[in-house]
Amino acid sequence: MRYSGFRVIAEALTGHKGWKPVWRDPAPQPDYDYIVVGGGGHGLATAYYLAKEFKQARIAVLEKGYLGGGNVGRNTTIIRSNYLLDGNEPFYEFSLKLWEGLEQDFNYNAMVSQRGIINLIHTDAQRDAFTRRGNGMILNGADAELLNRDQVRAMYPFLNFDNARFPIKGALMQRRGGTVRHDAVAWGYARGADMRGVDLIQNCEVTGMRIENGRIRGVETTRGFIGAKKVGVAVAGSSSKVMAHAGMRLPIESHVLQAFVSEGLKPFIDGVMTFGAGHFYVSQSDKGGLVFGGDIDGYNSYAQRGNLPVIEDVAEGGMALMPAIGRARLLRAWGGIMDMSMDGSPIIDKTHVEGLYFNGGWCYGGFKATPASGWCFAHLMAKDTPHPTATAYRFDRFLKGLMIDEKGQGAQPNLH
Amino acid sequence: MIINHPILGPRDAQEFVYLGDANLINRPDGMTAGIEAFHDYLYNRDNPAGEHRELWYHEQGDRSWLVVTRNTVTHEILKVELARDVAKAQGRSK
Repeated sequence: MRYSGFRVIAEALTGHKGWKPVWRDPAPQPDYDYIVVGGGGHGLATAYYLAKEFKQARIAVLEKGYLGGGNVGRNTTIIRSNYLLDGNEPFYEFSLKLWEGLEQDFNYNAMVSQRGIINLIHTDAQRDAFTRRGNGMILNGADAELLNRDQVRAMYPFLNFDNARFPIKGALMQRRGGTVRHDAVAWGYARGADMRGVDLIQNCEVTGMRIENGRIRGVETTRGFIGAKKVGVAVAGSSSKVMAHAGMRLPIESHVLQAFVSEGLKPFIDGVMTFGAGHFYVSQSDKGGLVFGGDIDGYNSYAQRGNLPVIEDVAEGGMALMPAIGRARLLRAWGGIMDMSMDGSPIIDKTHVEGLYFNGGWCYGGFKATPASGWCFAHLMAKDTPHPTATAYRFDRFLKGLMIDEKGQGAQPNLH
Repeated sequence: MIINHPILGPRDAQEFVYLGDANLINRPDGMTAGIEAFHDYLYNRDNPAGEHRELWYHEQGDRSWLVVTRNTVTHEILKVELARDVAKAQGRSK
């Protein structure tokens, strides 16, 4: 079933009786060529690109709960490619280009909205750093623009420009950045994969891995053993748990990140804004709610809920930036489990087990990476060589001293 | 979260800085351990879902290091010890 304007009108006139479920609910086959563990954004994108771009067949996605029920369903929906380092920027720019063509590619409305993202500048040193970052972005084919104070004021006149501690002096802007309807990304990829014959198997938790002579033979699950020639794991916050089945200890800690949405307000924030000095970033959803967040709570957690001190800290950051929101009420707060890596950058790599691949360590930046992560992981699994934009995302970079540490924080995951 | 400090009694977790897995106490000997052992010590973690022994530093208090045993699924704190006592019990001089 393809979606089109004509189809929407035809259904409207006939009582919407023609819509069908957009993916099957198959029982697992005894074996597959490819198993992707994790039915979130990255796992579904991997299966989609394996089938569509790399022309592979006999693919299954195994999901412990329901499709898109993890971090792809609980993030703050921002897309951007404003990274500094060579290991990162080409990958994220590849991802942003995929976002730009995604809806046409998988024929699904993901509400990709390139409304622009700004990172606020408060000091001369920060302007130097952002100028350097902007140049790094431009060198890798992305767009970047340095805004002065008046240009920021023209866009967002209600900001607290004369804050005593962090006066706003300008911003780094990426106009092609923006937001996407996050659930629709999972649904679009799921539908596209299902249409190409991928089995999306829900309520199927991986409980073990069958490894013989250093080679993967399949996975033990709550729905029985499923054989596979190749297994790729993309399970974000549960990475350490799943890879422990293969005897691996990962350079990853799981942390909780909270996000928030206010009651619906009239439109007043057109784009995405980050206030790094105050640990706060915000955009406004199409329904009018302010979608915002801040730092991770900072301690290991698998709880999918955080604690009150961070809520207070984020709210204070918001108030410091734009006092106008002081009377808006918080509608919801929630938490997701981040796979925080030791240098703040992800891993897309083979493992010591032949036929077992790993995709994780996305920290709290996984959503924007979804298309490129899926593409590059599918590339690695299908061809056994890394995609050109993802060659730096290796396990052994920590052993070799080739860290991709955007902030220069060292091996301290709660500071990335 | 409230951390029941062995000396100061119950204190809010906000007063503390979190470092990570308590195994960071057991740094390999730099003169004898190989690069692999140091790589494993510095970068790899068990990262369990459930009971986790971890280092917290009482920065806004008495500046002691604590080993806190906490459940990472429920956030329940099960045990709090002075890191000094833990290290001594493991045979370290301090």
